[in-house]
Amino acid sequence: MNSSFTELLNRVAPDLLPSRRVPTGPAEGLTSHGTTIVSATFPHGVVMAGDRRATMANMIAQRDIQKVYASDEFSLVGIAGAAGLAVEMVRLFRVELEHYEKIEGAPLSLDGKANRLAALIRGNLGMALQGLAVLPLFAGWDLARDLGRIFSYDATGGRYEEKAFHSVGSGSIFARGSLKKLYRPDLDLQGCATVVVQALFDAADDDSATGGPDLMRGIYPIIMVAGPDGVHQLSDEEMTQITDRVIEGRRRRPDGPAADLV
Amino acid sequence: MSMPFYVAPEQQMKDRSDFARKGIARGRAVVVLRYQDGICFVAENRSLALHKISEIYDRIAFAAVGRYNEFEQLRIAGIQQADLRGYAYDRSDVTGRMLANAYAQLLGSTFSSGADKPFEVELVVAELGHDGSDQIYRLTYDGSIADEENFAAMGGATETIAEVVRRGIDPQADLRTAVRLAVNALSADTSAPAPRVLGPDSLEVAVLDRTRPRPRKFRRMSRTALAGLLEEEGTK
Repeated sequence: MNSSFTELLNRVAPDLLPSRRVPTGPAEGLTSHGTTIVSATFPHGVVMAGDRRATMANMIAQRDIQKVYASDEFSLVGIAGAAGLAVEMVRLFRVELEHYEKIEGAPLSLDGKANRLAALIRGNLGMALQGLAVLPLFAGWDLARDLGRIFSYDATGGRYEEKAFHSVGSGSIFARGSLKKLYRPDLDLQGCATVVVQALFDAADDDSATGGPDLMRGIYPIIMVAGPDGVHQLSDEEMTQITDRVIEGRRRRPDGPAADLV
Repeated sequence: MSMPFYVAPEQQMKDRSDFARKGIARGRAVVVLRYQDGICFVAENRSLALHKISEIYDRIAFAAVGRYNEFEQLRIAGIQQADLRGYAYDRSDVTGRMLANAYAQLLGSTFSSGADKPFEVELVVAELGHDGSDQIYRLTYDGSIADEENFAAMGGATETIAEVVRRGIDPQADLRTAVRLAVNALSADTSAPAPRVLGPDSLEVAVLDRTRPRPRKFRRMSRTALAGLLEEEGTK
């Protein structure tokens, strides 16, 4: 008996597996791309935030795409890269975790979940070589060790645990620079959420593929939190409040808040 | 060369029924009943790890009596089918009716085929409806399927247990009342050696809880929570 949903699918309906459809020739232009995902830990959990823009070459494909998902009750996954495949991979990953939990009567460990995701990405290597790479960021609350943890991946399925914070996607260079200056390990949820919004703002400021808060349409980044009580998404009011405060600060100081010199 | 004896089909079916029934009656009973916020599952079960009640999909759960290895096999088949369907189509396309039908097919064909021994199990597939229209399907070893109104009881002295539940059932009752009724019914099981008091250590309780904010409505009750529920009942 086997508890893996992917292996079951492989056996009974392999055509439903995303990785089975390997095109010939470059395929980058076939799908829109998700861009910046930011994640950071704080003493009682871990937050993950994503901007809402999906691009197709130089066009904006969608303004309110969702890039951060709850993969189960205690973990989050954010997606950068080929959106079509990434969304399907998230769907498969969620069923994978749930299937295991139902059959075994107990959830996977956080490391177990991170490894399953690595295997799914490795399965997509053929597509990645055609230009359809999926680069997720995985974060969750580790119930055994009582702390929030973050994992990043490369296109070959390499899995790397990150300390404190991390960002993936085209705007991640700018987001990470921002996080380096603003992040402190003793932040509370509110502070941690503000830090990731600041980082996304900086990414949107310099990366054309990352969308900033869309005030006209009322589209704000999505922030999700995983902690000892499970996963939840910050409400629209909370997001509006945090974002409005960040924007207010930027009005006075467009490059963002200052960090101490030493 | 020996000639096979002729056995009338009626006799053959009767023998197979008797065989399956005997196996099922040995097992401890399970009661499934509707309450205010959903559907409640109460089983007599001393094990913390080997479950008689299980989640199948978002709003669907499963309960079984009989041979553990057999209903475990059916449980896994149900989860696989539900997950495959939900992934291939949509989560809302997985229904209790479809699962109950699949189980009925499997149980029925095994029962009437001469080759395999019939399953010594009885199952309940219960589904939380979106507008209060909950479904409780009860399936027996021969593939018969019944759509129960407010509750189902199976295993042990089913009739005695069902009678107690029938007299007290109230789909508008709160969880505490529902669990108390189910526990009373289970302790009325006359097939047990002596009248027994069923405490939290000998019960497995789970609910499909409509008020749960997540899509997955199944919640297993810990023994501590159950103790709390039964304790307050004593002080009443």
